[in-house]
Amino acid sequence: MDCQLDVFFLEAIINGLLLAGLLALLALGLNLIFGVIDVVWICYVELVMVGMYGINYAYKGGAPFLLAAVFGILITALAGVLLHFLVIRPVLETPPINQLLVTGGVLFLLQALATMAFGIEFRNVGIRLGSMNVADMSFSWSRILAFLVALGGMLALWQFLKRTYLGTAIRAIAQDRQIMPLMGVDSRRLYLVTSAIGGGLAGLAATLMVLQYDIYPQIGLQFGPLIFMICVLGGLGNMIGGFIAAFIISQFIAVGSSCFHTEWGYAVAFLFFMVAIFIRPQGLFGGKT
Amino acid sequence: MSALRVRPAAVIGILAVAALPLLVRLVFPASEKYYLHLLIQILLWAFIYTGWSLMGRFGLTSLGHGAFTGIGAYTTVMLWNFAGLTPWLGIPIGIMLASIVGVLVGYPCFRLRITGHYFALLTLALTEFVRLCIVGLRDYTGGSLGTQPKRSGDGISLYAMQFEPDRMLSYYIVFALWLFGLYIWLRVDRSMDRYALDAASQDEDAAASVGIDVTREKLKITALSSALCAFGGAVFAQYQMYIGPDTIAGLGLSLNIVFAVIAGGMWTLLGPTVGAVFTQVLAEGLRVAIQGSATLKGLLGSSALALDQAIYGLLLVLFIIYMPKGILGTGSDWWRRLRQRGPASS
Repeated sequence: MDCQLDVFFLEAIINGLLLAGLLALLALGLNLIFGVIDVVWICYVELVMVGMYGINYAYKGGAPFLLAAVFGILITALAGVLLHFLVIRPVLETPPINQLLVTGGVLFLLQALATMAFGIEFRNVGIRLGSMNVADMSFSWSRILAFLVALGGMLALWQFLKRTYLGTAIRAIAQDRQIMPLMGVDSRRLYLVTSAIGGGLAGLAATLMVLQYDIYPQIGLQFGPLIFMICVLGGLGNMIGGFIAAFIISQFIAVGSSCFHTEWGYAVAFLFFMVAIFIRPQGLFGGKT
Repeated sequence: MSALRVRPAAVIGILAVAALPLLVRLVFPASEKYYLHLLIQILLWAFIYTGWSLMGRFGLTSLGHGAFTGIGAYTTVMLWNFAGLTPWLGIPIGIMLASIVGVLVGYPCFRLRITGHYFALLTLALTEFVRLCIVGLRDYTGGSLGTQPKRSGDGISLYAMQFEPDRMLSYYIVFALWLFGLYIWLRVDRSMDRYALDAASQDEDAAASVGIDVTREKLKITALSSALCAFGGAVFAQYQMYIGPDTIAGLGLSLNIVFAVIAGGMWTLLGPTVGAVFTQVLAEGLRVAIQGSATLKGLLGSSALALDQAIYGLLLVLFIIYMPKGILGTGSDWWRRLRQRGPASS
């Protein structure tokens, strides 16, 4: 309960950094969707959950883990496309809050379907990667792996957006969605591609999360608010801002949890978030709107 | 403020709702308690939903009302359990606290013009913060397991404001609460503030340029709306005699409030009530249907528990896409078109 600058404190800080990689990856998908389509998928972590169950079943069914991971990413990419095609597209022209709420309906639906299909018990893929010990501190390999893969995924997306034709088109439509159709760009197709990428990122996050966390239908309620907070703090749609915000928030959680109870770490993070937004409503790293 | 004109239809409606328990007693004497419980739940949630819709109808889509119901419920129960303070004082304190929190969060939001997505996500953070505080103070609140108000005597007490064993009494208490909620809604609907807020929700700059103090108007409605929700949360605690961070606070509850109101209709007096009837009857109806039918039970097994939520989620998606005005809003549109007997020109 007490806060001392000892080796455990350092351990907490480094574990916070490792957690930040995963959170940044989760926030990245949401920011991509918001930046391009101007929609908040409030059911984003539920897509991750779908991916986690997919990976769990593929792995338990005998597939090697990497194949199961690919399967999970494909499922969530498909789920992203379906979500956009069936749910978002019909309300794209209505007030923005409708789009947020309609994905809230999907949140309930996915949660309930997962409960019906898999029950409420916690599941685990049962892969133990062990941990690394450095000077009395221990860091689990799954966290280190998650951090590295998340970083790699972000760099890959960055390169994709920077260097490919499709990526350039996606960045262009994020800047001005009225002009791009006039330039002969099929915005509907771009939205579908973006949804697929956003869903795929959820699948990648799912791959990393099955190694660390148990799978259960309500997992979205545990991570969801955290991810939204990170996105808003970094400036909705601002991918680099979200990345930095993930590191700030995860430090609050890690240090707060090591000094007090876990909930207080989270509570302080949420309080910090609200105060930060009141000081800079466009997000810490958002431009003037 | 002019007195509200009472129409005959309204009088008949109120009398009909007041007579419902008698009907229940006549038709289902054996399972009276169960049906009364259902009715109480509907009216209590209808009151909370009406409180939310005060804000929601003006484009202030708050996901923070789970925090207000939680503050109302927990303040009342904590004061009773640990300070022995009667809920007659505890409830007003809870309401005041919720209003203060609402204004504290609302003021910067409205000054800085935080609207739409940002407002929804910011209020969501408030909900999460309050829930985490409740869980974190587990020595007092019982953490995520929840807690109970201390029973006084046989469970019926004026001083402790406990009435749960007497369902008839509970019904009329909640009925009065519901009427009070509708009255507030009407008062707001017929006030100048309503026009100011309507204007502000359409175009804030234009509203401000004709002399409307937008921030002030929004703060007033936020304080009122959070007060009503806290009141509802406190009465919920007194009736259920149990509160838990997920039953009366938290994100799930916030979303439930928003969706029930959307399902019923956000812009009409009875829309939230219809939403409450719809959601409660859907959940209970499915439960009874599944329990009653052996084939359904065998087919679904334990997963039947989540069936109502799945249908609920699916319906919400359909509602927002095809019927954004909700059941009552769309219904009254149809009714108007029928009466006009002409091709609709929307």
